[in-house]
Amino acid sequence: MNTKNELNNQARRNFIGKIAGVTGLALAPGFVLHQVANAKAPEDAVTNKVRWGILINTNKCATGCNDCVSACEKENAWGSASDNESHSAKEQKAQWIRKVTLTDKQTGYVNSLPLMCQHCETAPCVDVCPTGASMKREDGIVLVDKHICIGCRYCMMACPYKARSFIHEELKNQSVNAPRGLGTVESCTMCVHRIDNDGTPACVEACSSAMTFGDLNDASSKISIELKQNGGEQIRADLGLNTGVRYQGI
Amino acid sequence: MLFRAINLKLFVLVLAGLTIALPVTADNFEGIVPPPKAKASEINGCVAPVEDMRKNHMEKMLHQRDKTLREGVRTKQHSIAECVNCHITPKKDGSYANFGENEHFCSSCHNYAAVSIDCFECHRDKPEKLDYKHSQIKNTNPHHNDIAFSEKNTQTTETLDTIKSGDSK
Amino acid sequence: MKKITFAQIEGRSSGYLLLLGILGAFVLAGLGAAYYMEHNGHYVTGMNNQIVWGMPHVFAVFLIVAASGALNVASISSVFGKTAYKPLAPLSALLALALLMGGLMILVLDLGRADRLIVAMTKYNFKSIFAWNMILYNGFFVIVGLYLWMLMDKKMTKKFSKPVGIAAFIWRLTLTTGTGSIFGFLVARQAYDAAIMAPMFVVMSFSFGLAIFLLVLMASYSWSNRELGDALFNRLKNLLGIFVAGVLYFVIAFHLTNLYATEHHGIESFILSTGGIYTKLFWYGQIILGSLVPLAMFYHPTWGKSRALVALGAVMVIIGGLVQMYVIIIGGQAYPLVLFPGKEVSSGFFDGVVNSYTPTMAELILGLGGFAVALILVAFAVKVLHFMPVSLADADVDPHHK
Repeated sequence: MNTKNELNNQARRNFIGKIAGVTGLALAPGFVLHQVANAKAPEDAVTNKVRWGILINTNKCATGCNDCVSACEKENAWGSASDNESHSAKEQKAQWIRKVTLTDKQTGYVNSLPLMCQHCETAPCVDVCPTGASMKREDGIVLVDKHICIGCRYCMMACPYKARSFIHEELKNQSVNAPRGLGTVESCTMCVHRIDNDGTPACVEACSSAMTFGDLNDASSKISIELKQNGGEQIRADLGLNTGVRYQGI
Repeated sequence: MLFRAINLKLFVLVLAGLTIALPVTADNFEGIVPPPKAKASEINGCVAPVEDMRKNHMEKMLHQRDKTLREGVRTKQHSIAECVNCHITPKKDGSYANFGENEHFCSSCHNYAAVSIDCFECHRDKPEKLDYKHSQIKNTNPHHNDIAFSEKNTQTTETLDTIKSGDSK
Repeated sequence: MKKITFAQIEGRSSGYLLLLGILGAFVLAGLGAAYYMEHNGHYVTGMNNQIVWGMPHVFAVFLIVAASGALNVASISSVFGKTAYKPLAPLSALLALALLMGGLMILVLDLGRADRLIVAMTKYNFKSIFAWNMILYNGFFVIVGLYLWMLMDKKMTKKFSKPVGIAAFIWRLTLTTGTGSIFGFLVARQAYDAAIMAPMFVVMSFSFGLAIFLLVLMASYSWSNRELGDALFNRLKNLLGIFVAGVLYFVIAFHLTNLYATEHHGIESFILSTGGIYTKLFWYGQIILGSLVPLAMFYHPTWGKSRALVALGAVMVIIGGLVQMYVIIIGGQAYPLVLFPGKEVSSGFFDGVVNSYTPTMAELILGLGGFAVALILVAFAVKVLHFMPVSLADADVDPHHK
């Protein structure tokens, strides 16, 4: 009986040893990562203290001018600034921002404005995305997380502004600012890569007259002052989406 | 008794098999995997030590991608663009390999290990500017920071000089 | 009451093998089309940034809607206690599972990143009706699978077929409501954004599902030399007539309501008169071919007695259903988004114009492939397990039905 006890004890010790070994192996990478993570101070995550917005004065927007579109194309390497999408039909090519010309049916008044993702506060595209790839950052910028986008295009059905595009073929030589690829959906990112480095979106930078960018939550920012003094409308205000992009003169 | 003995042998065998079979855990790549043609291989840590990176880079990237995209954390150290800026070097004729060709740093291992990745379906697979071989932003280049100059570092003074003054090619 | 005997079909005739061969060929072609689209990218299809959902979605949504409706016959027997339909219950549940499988296959194979299906099944945004639908579709397989077991296992039938049948009934109503809501929840589009979409889809499911069930029943019985009596056949025929009329009612209610609101006059005139192909499809395909002619066929004193004509009527209901899906899904996208009421709009991105869509062969073949998957599953299953009663002759079916 003694021997049996000893054998059992030995077996138990072996078992515990094995478990400790396996647990150690399982935990070790975590310890290393934890060390690595604490070894440097990461840049802070964005917060909702800031809400980025763009204000467009359509009275100053020239009908024939395409500066904002060209700047966006160049910055993010789509459209005419890239030799990608050579197989896609015109209706299939991506468009992040476009110039829209309006003619009033009653008065004949002609107006033009750039139309891009409106970065809505309650974005329909974010609501309908099944995987959560279509998302809104804390600072109000609406993005597509292409890591988990399955390419179902439901967000494209839901967007009231037709802001989103689907990539219909394989892409090469993307811009480092804008990862984009086959089978996923994309749209204007408000040049989030520039904003996170204290910059301005490319379209606003290129527009000499009509566009202003800034923090909507900061009452002393240029955009907030302009909005307070002269107002700014949403396209499709009836949907109640509280867009980040506002227009004057529509 | 016999059952327990067999159990233990099996456990040891499986563990040994795993250790031997995973090429990425092997130190010496000669004859097994062609060495990556990047300068980073001689430097002691940019994100993490080489051993750690070889084993865990996928885990790190899996978590970092959400931090960058969803939370806006954009450090130069944890940035796929910066990894590419440094690790992807031109071929002998001056042109850059595409992802998928063996000369591309990531493909040099991934082709061998036959593990397909889809990072470069969207991300740029070459450096930002094709006439530079490392990050343009010298003052935030991780090779110029403390890790590169710590006691544990094993480079020659020549290499250190090159790092300090920047690549002329 | 005479006991109903179930048995597999023999499944050894050259005709049966030919059937499997033809359906198999369509399935392979469908898979080939999916590979072609996946490998090259969607530029090979007719879908674009204006018409984002095309022919594959027409077929997929049709099959998914029909799947839930195909379960109707079983539900009528289990939930509402009409014992006359009891013998049909296993085949009905089988068809429901098969149609859903076919529809989902098309949907998944059309995804831009079909390789990320695991992501779709593990990451859920619960505000999305699409995400809820994925849960509902997967749950449908589980619940109807369970229901099938209860129906076919003699030990379980008496006690469990009713409660599980009720659960399956509620689940499928939720599922179809969810499918209709995919469109109903889209506030941005003039053609959708209506609460009536969900119940309309439910009634459509009754109609399409029963039409397919009737045809499958007729084919499987005539090809396996089993008898299908008039009593049961006429009941199903009349029921299908009621459902077709129900769909027509909902369509009328939907359009009349829209016509009342000036803001919807644009989309209504587009569908009903100025939309070119969509108008033609609506009137000739959906209304006349898909609703009025079948109703005439089912209820006419002499025509309604001919099995061939009734089968033709069911085929017309199916075609009309596909056309209805086409008008809803593609017509709804063809009509431009109204961003600036009262203004004429033009741009380099097709604002303000009716969008064009030309379906390609690959999309059509994918859609047909999904249909073939559903049918081949049924054809094979009835050989493997006893889904079909040996005889549905009048004498064998309970004459004292409730």
